[in-house]
Amino acid sequence: MLFRYLLILLVLLPIKAFALIEVDITRGNLNPLPVAVSPLAIDKSSKENFKKILKKENLGSEISMIVENNLKQSGLFNPLNKDAFLQEPDIANLKPRFEDWNLIKAQALVTGKVTFVDEKLRVEFRLWDVLAGKEMMALAFTTVPSNWRRVGHIITDKVYERLTGEKGYFDTRIIYISEKGPKTNRIKKLAIMDQDGFNNKYLTLGNELVLTPRFSPTNQMVTYLSYFKNLPRVYLLDIETGMQEVVGDFPGMTFAPRFSPDGKKIIMSFAKDGNSDIYTMDLENRIVERISNHPSIDTSPSYSPDGKYITFNSDRSGYQQIYIMKSNGKNVKRISFGNGLYGTPVWSPRGDLIAFTKLHKGKFYIGVMRTDGTGERLLTENYYQEAPSWSPNGRVLIFYRETKTNAKGEGFSAKLWSIDLTGYNEKMVETETDASDPSWSSLLSN
Amino acid sequence: MNRNVIISFGLHTLFVIITAMSLPFLSKKPIDLPPIISVELIQITDKTNIPFAPKAKKIIEKVKEKEKKLVSEQAPPKKIKKQKPDAVPLPDEKIEKIKKIKDEKQNPEKVETEIKQISEFEKKELFDTNNIAALIDKSKMESAETNKKIDKVSQNQDKEMDYGGLTLSEEDALKAQIFGCWSIPLGLPFNENLLVRIKLQLKPDGSIIRTEILDHARMNRPGQAFYKVLAESALRAIKLCQPLRVPSTGYERWKDMQLNFDAREMLEG
Repeated sequence: MLFRYLLILLVLLPIKAFALIEVDITRGNLNPLPVAVSPLAIDKSSKENFKKILKKENLGSEISMIVENNLKQSGLFNPLNKDAFLQEPDIANLKPRFEDWNLIKAQALVTGKVTFVDEKLRVEFRLWDVLAGKEMMALAFTTVPSNWRRVGHIITDKVYERLTGEKGYFDTRIIYISEKGPKTNRIKKLAIMDQDGFNNKYLTLGNELVLTPRFSPTNQMVTYLSYFKNLPRVYLLDIETGMQEVVGDFPGMTFAPRFSPDGKKIIMSFAKDGNSDIYTMDLENRIVERISNHPSIDTSPSYSPDGKYITFNSDRSGYQQIYIMKSNGKNVKRISFGNGLYGTPVWSPRGDLIAFTKLHKGKFYIGVMRTDGTGERLLTENYYQEAPSWSPNGRVLIFYRETKTNAKGEGFSAKLWSIDLTGYNEKMVETETDASDPSWSSLLSN
Repeated sequence: MNRNVIISFGLHTLFVIITAMSLPFLSKKPIDLPPIISVELIQITDKTNIPFAPKAKKIIEKVKEKEKKLVSEQAPPKKIKKQKPDAVPLPDEKIEKIKKIKDEKQNPEKVETEIKQISEFEKKELFDTNNIAALIDKSKMESAETNKKIDKVSQNQDKEMDYGGLTLSEEDALKAQIFGCWSIPLGLPFNENLLVRIKLQLKPDGSIIRTEILDHARMNRPGQAFYKVLAESALRAIKLCQPLRVPSTGYERWKDMQLNFDAREMLEG
């Protein structure tokens, strides 16, 4: 009986059931993230030692400046003005007062300490989540003092990776062709610099014409083309040791040699029997293999990061377009169908996009498209620009741009420019001389 | 025996009928239908083809003239003075005019009735200054009644909402706020599942008591390092936005809430 009553009671009682409210957030902002980069704290004796060795007044501030500039250049971060910082660097490194950093709208904070230990530079840094009030990362590096700029770049890479979810591209170098002199008689040298334009070095003397240097995706090797007695010759150069070797003479070469993703092969195009096709060369046994075989002109080959596909440009449809094929030369498929001429296709290290140069109605464009040819986006337009090269994380492209000469033949210049995939963050990369044909290295600290 | 059964049946039937008639809950209330509002569908054209009422036309013309004169610098002030409201023809005069015209052309009897109808209609529309106070009073009463009606509806709706989700406008307000706070990490691989579900416990003012990432275990899985970055960015957005733009009423229904952050749409562009 009691059970019946209970049953009736249960039926009659109003049951208040609250379903959990769910709200879908599918949009956000792409504004640069406000970051505070506090100067790295440095004690008095370390300061004096570094001043003697490196001639730098305050190495802590110098390193933090590198981090700040890198983050700013990326376009994804907004480093806040140091004048607004309320906390001293040494205290901030131990325990930041998050309220103070919150007050200046910082969402992330970088603090650190520089010390001179056993003739070496020791840098420790911490990344803080200001809103959550917790430490996100803490690392320390020890190196020779002359490497202080690299330490700044490595810190930026770590911060970038922790906050964006992808690897950074700051501890990298760019190899390019330095150009000097009048347009009719240019002296071209092979040059290398850090990605921010510092530590510029010349690798050749400028006696011979050098062209199209390309970094290996796996190590610090460079392949480039140089004319020896008016014959194009492919060289291999080890940046670390300075060792250089000749890969071979390739008469009739039409475009840049490039490494395969494993660094064991070089892919290039050259004319044989009056027909320009794509070939590979195994660097160990120097065996040359023909990949494409078509009466048209096939040039500018570039491997996909997994090495299974090759993108190249060809005029087999009547005018220059981008194609992809399997690495054995089969299943050739055209992917570019827009108006104009397409050239210099380069597969992104992420594997998702192909960058290219496009010529349409007298203007040159740098653009990207998906590997199936869809989603073509033109990032930048100018009078003359070409040869895009990807940053190792596949977010930024570096290329070169030439300016028009006036009637007197003056005003010509060639400079390196970088642009990210959004197309908004376009910047000129400072070089000592005019520059062309840039190629971005992989991360040095890998 | 049969007689008793018939009497009993008859009495029972009577009893049932009386009960059915008298019990209030059985009698259905008449459905309170709202008054039908007739809506006339008209063709929208660039210019109106409806002729102005003769009175209105005259008033508009006079107003135009007045404006012209006011704009003109040369216009003498005296003329403006002459533009008196007396110049507007009285409805009776106007009706008489119409009557005269109609008399000349058509059957007087028919026209008379038609005109009478028109004039009565127009009389009603005429603005009588003596009745302003009465009109205001009436409008006050009417508005008070409608307010009461609205209040009743809103209270009922509020009760219903206590058991439901957020309304569209409430949800939109909250979304718009969080959109502004969420800095999406651009390096995320967009071919992966980029959904982070965060459960919130809120104070009545919209500030956060507690946050919980529902797929917390995913952070430590191999190859899912990006998920940590994404989840942290979502938590930062919530903290940056607080207090959240939550409704001022019905705390019980939204004190626990789940936000599903999905970055894929933005990153795929």
